[in-house]
Amino acid sequence: MLRTRNNNTGRAGKKQSAFKEVFRRLRKNKSAMVGLCVILLFLLVAIFAGVIAPYEKVINQNVKERLLAPCSAHPFGTDDFGRDMFTRVIYGTRISLFIGVLVAGASLLVGGFFGALCSYYGGIVDGVIMRFMDMLTSLPSILLSMCVVAALGASMQNLLIALAISQIPVFTRMVRSSMLTVVDMEYIEAAKACGTHDGRIMFKHILPNAMGPVIVQTTRTISQTILSAAGLSYIGLGVQPPTPEWGAMLSSGREYMYNKPWLMIFPGIALVITSLSFELLGDGLRDALDPRLKD
Amino acid sequence: MSENLIRIKDLRVSYKTDFETVRAVNGISFDLNKGEVIGLVGETGAGKTTTALSIMRLLPFRTGRIDSGSIEFKGIDMLKVPDSEMRKSYRGEKIGMIFQDPMTALNPVIPVGDQIAEAITHHNKEKLNKAQVESRVEAMLELVGIPAFRKADYPHQFSGGMKQRVVIAIALACEPDLLIADEPTTALDVTIQAQVLAMITELRKKLGMSMILITHDLGIVAQVCDKVAVMYAGELVEQGTLEDIFTGDKHHPYTIGLFGSIPKLNEETDRLETIDGMMPDPTCLPEGCKFSPRCKHCMEICKQSPPVEFIDGKHRIACHLYAAHESN
Repeated sequence: MLRTRNNNTGRAGKKQSAFKEVFRRLRKNKSAMVGLCVILLFLLVAIFAGVIAPYEKVINQNVKERLLAPCSAHPFGTDDFGRDMFTRVIYGTRISLFIGVLVAGASLLVGGFFGALCSYYGGIVDGVIMRFMDMLTSLPSILLSMCVVAALGASMQNLLIALAISQIPVFTRMVRSSMLTVVDMEYIEAAKACGTHDGRIMFKHILPNAMGPVIVQTTRTISQTILSAAGLSYIGLGVQPPTPEWGAMLSSGREYMYNKPWLMIFPGIALVITSLSFELLGDGLRDALDPRLKD
Repeated sequence: MSENLIRIKDLRVSYKTDFETVRAVNGISFDLNKGEVIGLVGETGAGKTTTALSIMRLLPFRTGRIDSGSIEFKGIDMLKVPDSEMRKSYRGEKIGMIFQDPMTALNPVIPVGDQIAEAITHHNKEKLNKAQVESRVEAMLELVGIPAFRKADYPHQFSGGMKQRVVIAIALACEPDLLIADEPTTALDVTIQAQVLAMITELRKKLGMSMILITHDLGIVAQVCDKVAVMYAGELVEQGTLEDIFTGDKHHPYTIGLFGSIPKLNEETDRLETIDGMMPDPTCLPEGCKFSPRCKHCMEICKQSPPVEFIDGKHRIACHLYAAHESN
């Protein structure tokens, strides 16, 4: 009886403890916790944007109320089409987080897969994949994204593809170098001696041991992607109006910058806070996952 | 009991890099019957581990190469078995391996129970379902003396001796016919060594396995092995039954040197005898007998031609000393 009980609680308890340990150390880092809280808040806002305000307020134009300064009815003012800026910024959260998370996730998956192949097989596989990645990195990432969008046409989907392509080489390198430190460990040889097949060794044995730096890179990529997406939208290659994207809002507020600064200030602040929060969280995670800084 | 399990003939293995060729194993031959234990003894760098990895076909694939010779396992030429077949039905299933350092031989991010379960599910001949695999894992842990409820623990929660028990449980999980133990006790302290050895011996008898024990500890050999093979610079300089090596009156000078370096209980000695010099550089081995530069009895012929084996029953010594003696 005692054994079976131990057994059941033991498993769940131990599984949690690795995560708990990282979280405990993350919690000591004030700025990372602030970042995490802000991200969670923005996430809630993104999820419950529909509850806060209906989507019609974002799209429907109202000429009577155009370019109003912040007031109690419109806390962030209204834009040149009379749309409530507050609602637009809130719905913008949805788009920016969606782009950031999706692009980072997709490039992590693709880049991680190629990185794993490179580190495990080495030789010609490594050479071919890495040279191709070198080609991609030799172009500035914003230029590369612009080329892709220009070639495929400006739309949300193409923006995602463009951003992911510029991030994939980063993840490939990251995963490759981080897995190379694990590939030669004795437990990998032991796994081979057990008759474990290559795919399983790569993804079950090596990858989890190499995840630390990759997790950090992922949070950083989310913040960079949100900025790049805003940048592309700003120059008109990203999300198209009337979709409320922060970069596009900055772009349309540009002509009123001197007289009606709230058109740029609020989307700008939202952008900075989001990207800063992810950077802070990334920094904190790096410290929390680093066993050498154990305290 | 005398059924032959593995027969290695004139095995030669080298590691090739752009700069040099390391001849790690240079024509060794031995065979092992079912249920027997052979001890592979020798200094660091003598090619013991390389021999073991050759049997598993796990030499580093860009540098390590089996140049010639044959490894016959249950009558099948192992060097001709395709790699996928090797993985599916030999590694882990018919041949288990215990690694030298338990600290690094377990994956730090997977609970030990899952690591044992992995070995079982990979070679799931009996089509066990999940619950059966779990109970098998628990049985394996109990077998090596670890309470079953600790299967959810991670390797860092175990001590060195416990980890080695887990490694042994993994190696034994599929009840292999041959167990290769690569210095299974080197990383452990003496009391735990004795426990682990006793356990390996007991389990081996229970499951009727053969074992290749790689070690440089002659005390362990005396305790566990039926046969002994002494390796030097990639060659077997002497092999025979335990009695031949430990009590026989003729020995290779290197074996004598090895035994000279152990303190004896019944004699008073101030200093232990050592063998002067170092193992030859495996990238440029001496001609003739590889041991000749360090040998006290070195003759002119030793430097010129490789020694002929002196054979006395099962006892084989590769040394000119005895060959010359015979012909006289």
